[in-house]
Amino acid sequence: MKARVHVMLKNGVLDPQGEAVRHALGQLGFEGVEGVRQGKVIELDLAETDADKARETVTEMCEKLLANTVIESYAVEIA
Amino acid sequence: MHAAIIVFPGSNCDRDLAVAFERAGAKVSMVWHKDTALPADVDIIGVPGGFSFGDYLRCGAIAANSPICRSVVQHAEKGGYVLGICNGFQVLTETGLLPGVLLRNANLKYICKPVDLKVETADSPFTAGYEAGQVVTVPIAHHDGNYFADSETLKRLHGEARVAFTYCDNPNGSQDDIAGVLSQNRRVMGMMPHPERMSEPLQGGTDGAAMFESLVGQLTEA
Repeated sequence: MKARVHVMLKNGVLDPQGEAVRHALGQLGFEGVEGVRQGKVIELDLAETDADKARETVTEMCEKLLANTVIESYAVEIA
Repeated sequence: MHAAIIVFPGSNCDRDLAVAFERAGAKVSMVWHKDTALPADVDIIGVPGGFSFGDYLRCGAIAANSPICRSVVQHAEKGGYVLGICNGFQVLTETGLLPGVLLRNANLKYICKPVDLKVETADSPFTAGYEAGQVVTVPIAHHDGNYFADSETLKRLHGEARVAFTYCDNPNGSQDDIAGVLSQNRRVMGMMPHPERMSEPLQGGTDGAAMFESLVGQLTEA
């Protein structure tokens, strides 16, 4: 079973990297990009076969390690 | 006074920190990250600067979950002293011993230069060798030193006089110019600047030495 975790900076946390990307896009001539937020995707291969249990475990992983909930939010996808 | 310095793969200020403590008169033990126990009579733990585990995932995140860090947290929870410098500060925020988090510098650049810091409180064993309001020069060397905490946390830090140092000229976008913070019991401190790199004249200055002298003085009496 595969899980995919999306980690994003929370709203209100300044994202200087996203801002630099936005600026670079403008310089390339892409107009109207009003905001860029950069996050990360973490893919996990799990031995677990029960989707609910997998979600529970991956959520615990996010709380303990994969995201820093002071500044980041996360979303778990089970496939 | 016995100081233990934690060494992670990628630590690169561990020996500087050991020398600074030794110079002030402390006995120093180096402790490898895979060890699970600290020396029994340890008074203070130093978490050094560097790039523990290559800064993978987030700065300090992997180190904060290493076996030895469980002992560091237990030491702090029992009222023990911990000093985290640079990457060590990032590790301590990731363990939850200190509030907030260190984000990428606002200008996205790695900054390595001496900076002026204002001592915000002399009321801690780390800062007792300084006067509140005193300005000291200490180098910074980091890419992720932009201190962030939510407004409630900042209010609490200011209210409890737990901001230890601020930057006179904010180099990295840190909220409220914060360069170092204390725990609620004032026994855990994290700071991005490197006092251990300003501890003897050959390093270009000695403004950092007072921190180690004060720690050795206060923790030896105890």
